[in-house]
Amino acid sequence: MRVIGLKLVLQIAVLAAALASSARAQERMGPARVGGLEAKLEYCKTCHGLSGQGYLGWFPMPRLAGQQPEYIEAQLKAFIERRRANPVMRNVAHVLSPSMISALANHFQHLNPPPFGGAPRGSIATGKKIYEEGLPESNVPACSACHGPDGHGQNEIPRLAGQVYPYMVGQLSGWAKERGQGTSVDTSAIMAPTAHNLTRSQIEAVAAYVSYLH
Amino acid sequence: MKRIGLKTASLAIFAFALSTLSCWAGEIAAVRNCTWCHGTGAQGYTVAPRLAGQRPQYILSQIRSFHEHTRDNPFSIQYMWGAVASLGPYTARDLANYFASIPPRPANDGNGAWAARGRTIYMEGIPEANIVSCYACHGPNAEGIRDIPRLGGLAYFYIKARLEQWGQGYHSTPGSPMPLVATHLGAEEVEALASYLSFVK
Repeated sequence: MRVIGLKLVLQIAVLAAALASSARAQERMGPARVGGLEAKLEYCKTCHGLSGQGYLGWFPMPRLAGQQPEYIEAQLKAFIERRRANPVMRNVAHVLSPSMISALANHFQHLNPPPFGGAPRGSIATGKKIYEEGLPESNVPACSACHGPDGHGQNEIPRLAGQVYPYMVGQLSGWAKERGQGTSVDTSAIMAPTAHNLTRSQIEAVAAYVSYLH
Repeated sequence: MKRIGLKTASLAIFAFALSTLSCWAGEIAAVRNCTWCHGTGAQGYTVAPRLAGQRPQYILSQIRSFHEHTRDNPFSIQYMWGAVASLGPYTARDLANYFASIPPRPANDGNGAWAARGRTIYMEGIPEANIVSCYACHGPNAEGIRDIPRLGGLAYFYIKARLEQWGQGYHSTPGSPMPLVATHLGAEEVEALASYLSFVK
């Protein structure tokens, strides 16, 4: 005869409580939507585009499709820890468990819709030159050195190819306002001097160029 | 020879002038066709929503949606499909710009007790229930941008009806995220949002 120990009873109780609370959340929702990865992905895609291509709401929502998983993970953690200041994303991210963060990050890398488009085309050539050669006189390294010649990034360095133009412009021109907040070490510091040294028209040129890469 | 009386002649001249006037100022006649249902100040009337202060690109996208029969909620089919059937693109654009320029007045007809909860849902969504933040697309004061509509001050019953309709499977303009968004909203959340928004100036 198997004796049911206290540990097992406690584990069952915890499981029952978890199931009960998720059932309450379902009652509160409209048609029953089971929690979990699929529902969370649909939630992300509501704002970031149904194929992860980005969306222009009141804020520009960036492309997540094809993004480096390590970068997405790092950003979600930065939102939670308030190293990256964004009221909408902090709210979104703080309910995510570490395993959910990994699962979400790994999902988006396989999506590959065409770029969102819409950027002005006039300065693409200038943008390409800056992207491939940098601006030595302004202490701006070539973007391609880290982000790759095709803009796909690697490890924690994000993909830029096909990124939403107004989002890129906003990030580069307001880098220090959003990123690297607080006192803890943050890898975004590496971009701070580069973003600072680019002029507005150079930012717009580079952003336009990468927004058309695929 | 019968002489035409002064009274008849002046009546004829007056009628001719009036018809000429309304043909020349074409958009005056077209505006009357809209305000007939949407209220004389375009502030909305019963089931017809306020058009005053609405995003012109949004008005145009809805007119196109009525033309193409992609927006299919019952009142759209019953009234709007016919109302815009012979509306040309230039008149549509002029109407959209005209209505956009009228200062909107809030409906103020929601449930005040729900407004605070509605504001929280509007600004933050409910991430635990995968309900997105309305603010991210519709703006901090529900003013909208481009073809994303101004929600601030729309009538409680209209917002409630639209949110419920998307949950029931009615369609919007193609590519709109709203059906997906609204499917997750429970009855309480719809009440709260519709109430809050009706008060927003």
